[in-house]
Amino acid sequence: MLFIKCPYCGIRSQNEFAYGGDATVKRPELNKEISDKEWDDFVYNRKSPRGKHLEFWHHISGCRQWFKVHRDTATHEIFKTLKPHEEL
Amino acid sequence: MTQEFRLKDEGLIDRSKKISFKFNGKKYFGYEGDTLASALIANGVHLVGRSFKYHRPRGFYGVGVDDPYALVQLIRNNETIPNIKATEQELFEGLEAKSVNCWPNVNFDIGGINNFLRIFLPAGFYYKTFMWPKSFWYRIYEPFIRKAAGFGVVTHEHDKERYEHKYEYCDLLVTGSGPSGLASAYSAAKNGAKVILAEDKPRFGGSLLTSEVTIGNQTGKEWADKIVTELKEMPNVVVKNRAQVFGYYDHNMLVMSERISEHMPKTEKFMPKQKLWYIRAKEVVISSGSIERPIVFGNNDTPGILLSSAAKEYMKVYGVLVGKKPLIFTNNDSAYETAIEFKKNGINPIVLDSRKELNSDLITEAKNLGIDIKFEHVVVNANGYRKVKSADIAKISEDKTNLGKIENIACDCICVSGFWTPTIHLASQSGGKTKFNEDIDAFIPSQSKQNETTVGSANGIFNLNDTLKNSFEAGYELSKKITSKENKLSVPAVVEKKNSKHDKFWCVPLPKGKKYKRFLDFQNDVAVSDIELALREGYRSIEHVKRYTTLGMATDQGKTSNLNGLQLVSNIENKVVPEVGHTTFRPPYTPVSIGAIVGREVGKHSKPTRKSPMHSWHEKNNAVFVDAGLWLRPRYYKKGNETLFDASKREAENVRKNVGVCDVTTLGKIDVKGPDAAEFLNRVYTNAWLKLPVGKARYGVMLREDGIVMDDGTTTRVSENHYHMTTTTAQAANVLSHLEYYLQIVWPELNVNVVSTTEQWAGAAIAGPKSRDLLQKLFPETDCSNEGLPFMGFIETKLFGVYARIFRISFSGELAYEVNVESDNGNFMWEKIIELGEEFKIQPYGTEALSTLRIEMGHVAGSELDGRTTPFDSSLEGLLSKKKDFIGKRSLQKEAFISPDREKLVGVVPLDKKTSIPEGSYIVRDANAKLPNPKLGHVSASCWSVEYNNPFSLAIIKDGKNMIGQKLFALSPLKKKSIPVEIVSSHYVDPKGERVRS
Ligand SMILES: [Zn+2]
Repeated sequence: MLFIKCPYCGIRSQNEFAYGGDATVKRPELNKEISDKEWDDFVYNRKSPRGKHLEFWHHISGCRQWFKVHRDTATHEIFKTLKPHEEL
Repeated sequence: MTQEFRLKDEGLIDRSKKISFKFNGKKYFGYEGDTLASALIANGVHLVGRSFKYHRPRGFYGVGVDDPYALVQLIRNNETIPNIKATEQELFEGLEAKSVNCWPNVNFDIGGINNFLRIFLPAGFYYKTFMWPKSFWYRIYEPFIRKAAGFGVVTHEHDKERYEHKYEYCDLLVTGSGPSGLASAYSAAKNGAKVILAEDKPRFGGSLLTSEVTIGNQTGKEWADKIVTELKEMPNVVVKNRAQVFGYYDHNMLVMSERISEHMPKTEKFMPKQKLWYIRAKEVVISSGSIERPIVFGNNDTPGILLSSAAKEYMKVYGVLVGKKPLIFTNNDSAYETAIEFKKNGINPIVLDSRKELNSDLITEAKNLGIDIKFEHVVVNANGYRKVKSADIAKISEDKTNLGKIENIACDCICVSGFWTPTIHLASQSGGKTKFNEDIDAFIPSQSKQNETTVGSANGIFNLNDTLKNSFEAGYELSKKITSKENKLSVPAVVEKKNSKHDKFWCVPLPKGKKYKRFLDFQNDVAVSDIELALREGYRSIEHVKRYTTLGMATDQGKTSNLNGLQLVSNIENKVVPEVGHTTFRPPYTPVSIGAIVGREVGKHSKPTRKSPMHSWHEKNNAVFVDAGLWLRPRYYKKGNETLFDASKREAENVRKNVGVCDVTTLGKIDVKGPDAAEFLNRVYTNAWLKLPVGKARYGVMLREDGIVMDDGTTTRVSENHYHMTTTTAQAANVLSHLEYYLQIVWPELNVNVVSTTEQWAGAAIAGPKSRDLLQKLFPETDCSNEGLPFMGFIETKLFGVYARIFRISFSGELAYEVNVESDNGNFMWEKIIELGEEFKIQPYGTEALSTLRIEMGHVAGSELDGRTTPFDSSLEGLLSKKKDFIGKRSLQKEAFISPDREKLVGVVPLDKKTSIPEGSYIVRDANAKLPNPKLGHVSASCWSVEYNNPFSLAIIKDGKNMIGQKLFALSPLKKKSIPVEIVSSHYVDPKGERVRS
């Protein structure tokens, strides 16, 4: 079980959180004309890398804030956690 | 029955407390403080079971967790428990145990024939033989293996025991209470750290219980007792015995199983049998010690052959002799301690030492005691079937390849010592690297990945002086990092015997012309020849060799076999051990009961139960409940002998005819507030929201980004910047997370907040033609007319002085209202509705009637919005705004989504108007077509239409709208039904929706 530092609450056990997917994906702007490929890249296509991965987590049993976790998918090492609009 | 092998007064057992127990039906006696193993050995019983593959007789090889094969079936308090290690099971009054793996019994075992056929059961036997022919697997091979193999029998009964979980945080977790563990824990605790000390055995002290050393002015055991007593009194220390730290997981979380009551005849009331501790430690000290290594020779698995350290512990802790004519076979000094212990107890051992004659403190002491020592001698083969009777011994050449003349000497036990293997399981599980230490021919931890430090013999340090020095230091340094205190203790002086160098020898060569089985892995019956075969067959990676031969697998996890296996592979491959590497250590180190993993989360406790404020009213009125997610909802209210069908039909009919009331508290409710709330809803829902006036509700559908319908519900504008959103019961949590995602991540510029209010409101749906009349009675001061409260209208008012909200919305398709009051007033509201509704013949209705009403109206719900349907599929296209963008809109252009043969929502009626169509049935054109019969779609929900008094179903079928009027078939292979049906509109009742507006 991971030990995750919520940027708002501090360090808590993994069972308070829900995983929320790749945090590098940006939703296309509303009302913008985009290609099928761009849309598919947003909805479906994910890299699933072995190693460093920037991802969203949601503190569902805590402050209910979404935030970013920079984690190694192979070792589970967590390098940093950030608020949703902070950059690495 | 006398305990023939019990010593007069040695040991830590309590001879004043006699305990009776049964093994394989026969009654024996032991003492308090015994294990099942020590008590059996005291009674001269060495045959405990049969081996896994060859069904060879099995005895005791170790004295605790090290033992690979003394597994028994335990009967305790009328429950039968498999896979219990006799060397770990403490004796209690009335204990009963049975051998496993034997049929018909341990002395005569049919499977033992495998032993004589073993030429047919080499490595990879299961792979090779049982794979072909395939059809034989279920009928012949599997039943045979199931009967013949396994380490015991699991019961089919429910486990009545109680198991608990505990979460704990500490500065320092110390795993093992030998000298290194005690020293680290003590030194850290004295420096202010919060320490947990875990010991898997009942007694603390580890090797100090059996070694002849002095610490300060005390014996090792006295020192250990003193430290443990002091630690137990410190408020910052938790000391646990019978507690095995079995797993090291991510971010310094370790799991420990504490056996609370297994040493007692039964678990006391309100006590757990086991407690699983989830410990998050800032630092971990691994003081798990080491396990003696076997030396491999012919028939080295015969009962009566065991580790020399085990023989010593049986004497010193349990006061038991493993034999009276012992042969001791060693490549190092530590076995001399066992020899000396035998001698002190009046037994004359013979020592075979593979090394050239040499001297050390221990060897000199043994010589002075007159012990017979044969240097450069080895055991070649053990004779005896159920118990060792004699040994073939021989001189061995200096290069360990040639044997001299074989001589037979009588013995009743062989105590083996092939030096020591550090227990690095936890260190390796932590993700840390290991390295091979040439001095001790074993792996030790090297680079750490997490915050762990390995000390003592687990780290390959076998002398007490260094162990104490390093461990005191480790405890101090680690605690200083955390507490910033500098209270350093001095290390006590140690008197111990110096050991001479061990011999790297580990396997006795076969004499010419002999084919003795030489076992490496005693639990899985893996012999030297099996590994040789695997390598001949081309297996190279040690991970593959392990799986092909089963070396080091199962519950034993290679505790005694790993290193000898690696030695053998490296010898054959002409490599050194570190090149071969070791297999991955995985948790658990020792078996863990499934019950302990599950903990208290069984039955009703496996999830929280949510109840509406009106729950007790429902109970009192014969509600039959159904699980709706975590909620308990009334399914129907039973009258007399009614069935589910009768009751739900009566309730639904009453809604259509008079008025009914349904508890809708469970619907998800979310408050959406802020100046941008309208804009936010406009993006979340597929339809338009900007112009919804205050005091009005609107039905909305939300999609996922992939275009699939996520949820639907009504949302009401309570005031300018305040909306009350409802979701389905099932999706409430997901919708809230979804909204938070968009507000916090995607559109943070929107000034909106959302919060769940599901549990703040109690809800009652009042539906039926007489609902307005009832409403007016409930709210006499409020204008409830069609003009005063039109369809999709909303008002805030008072219900006899209690704040209430009325929404004119309908799920049943009837004229209907939903009344919400604060949860605490829910019961008051409900009782008022029932009381005033009496004159209108009101009846409460449950989820079954609710489903009936919505199905015949063609309203979609969870069974249609099943995570696969688009708005087009579910006839919701009218709600898709063309003017604005919304979540998931771009996906609706997908070719697959607009394809004409997409499955769409329709109604289905059986031609005979009698036969109900099972939910999940296929819709096909031809009931008798050849398989696979092309499927047009499936039936998502079925009911008995109370409007038309015949069965009606909803289905999602290909090209649905053009199929209306066609005669097809509903097939349910599961229920063996083939029903001719007609496709009709999904809006079976009131297709124009006039009733809700009436
Ligand atoms: Zn938080």
